[in-house]
Amino acid sequence: MAAPATPTPPTRGIVRDALGIAIASGAYAVSFGAISTAAGLSLIQTCALSVLMFTGGSQLALVGVVGAGGSIWAGVLAAALLGSRNTLYGLRLSSILKARGPKRALASHFVIDETTAMAIAREDPELSRRAFWVTGLALFVFWNAGTLIGALATEAIPDPKVFGLDAAPPAAFLALLAPRLRAREPLAIALASAVVAIAVLPLVPAGVPLLIVALLISMFGALRKP
Amino acid sequence: MIWAGVVVASLACYGLKLAGLSLPQRWLQHERVQRTIPLIPVALLAALIGTQTFATGKHLVLDVRAAALAVAVVAVVLRAPFLVVVAVAAATAALLRLL
Repeated sequence: MAAPATPTPPTRGIVRDALGIAIASGAYAVSFGAISTAAGLSLIQTCALSVLMFTGGSQLALVGVVGAGGSIWAGVLAAALLGSRNTLYGLRLSSILKARGPKRALASHFVIDETTAMAIAREDPELSRRAFWVTGLALFVFWNAGTLIGALATEAIPDPKVFGLDAAPPAAFLALLAPRLRAREPLAIALASAVVAIAVLPLVPAGVPLLIVALLISMFGALRKP
Repeated sequence: MIWAGVVVASLACYGLKLAGLSLPQRWLQHERVQRTIPLIPVALLAALIGTQTFATGKHLVLDVRAAALAVAVVAVVLRAPFLVVVAVAAATAALLRLL
């Protein structure tokens, strides 16, 4: 019988996984950068979003709303509503990270889907912490590099519609949504939310359709039987 | 004006992250909070897809973006990677506009 293969040292496994995730989100960041400048944000505003906000769904929501003709404040609202899930991630991570003071201030910036998934996938708290920080740092680098590349590529294009870039945000949201739709209930919620948002859109100010959907889903979550 | 929005939205998103690391753990024990928060991105992403495909400003419109979304749905069902989903949707809209 062959000798059992030496297990990959946990740290090397973490670095490899983190780089894989970072490269994949770098590609996502390229499309964000392109969509953002196509929506009318400047190169510096686009890059500032990736540095300062650093949470892809919210960034895309903001520039998507602006690109579709909504006001910037409707975009701010959409970004904040989508960012609420990071609060739940933070609650889950705080007992693992045990970060205080400046370290907590920095860790907060990295509390996103990918770092949470990497951290809670590990049972040893020390490895969890390492996975969180390594993934956060790698993502931050690739996310911002990808944003810059996408923004530079699109900035030169006079009319983004020629390349169909106005059709890109819904496709990007769909790609983000798809992994969450593996069961019947989220699929039904998604369809109902889209219908409600479209139905109320002509009747209310920009941004309010999202607020209505957020309120309805919160009521649904609070009232339904477990 | 856009700059103000960029800064305010970034601060809001940071505040939401910081709140998670700072709030007492018992918040997580609230079963309703746990059940509800994961539903919010599902609902909001779907609402964004709907409004950004079938509306311009406050007007409902049916144009090439609907066809682009349909192609994106096929790409997602086939488990295409993120960039491919976005690229085929954009290419569909661009090609249909050329016709």
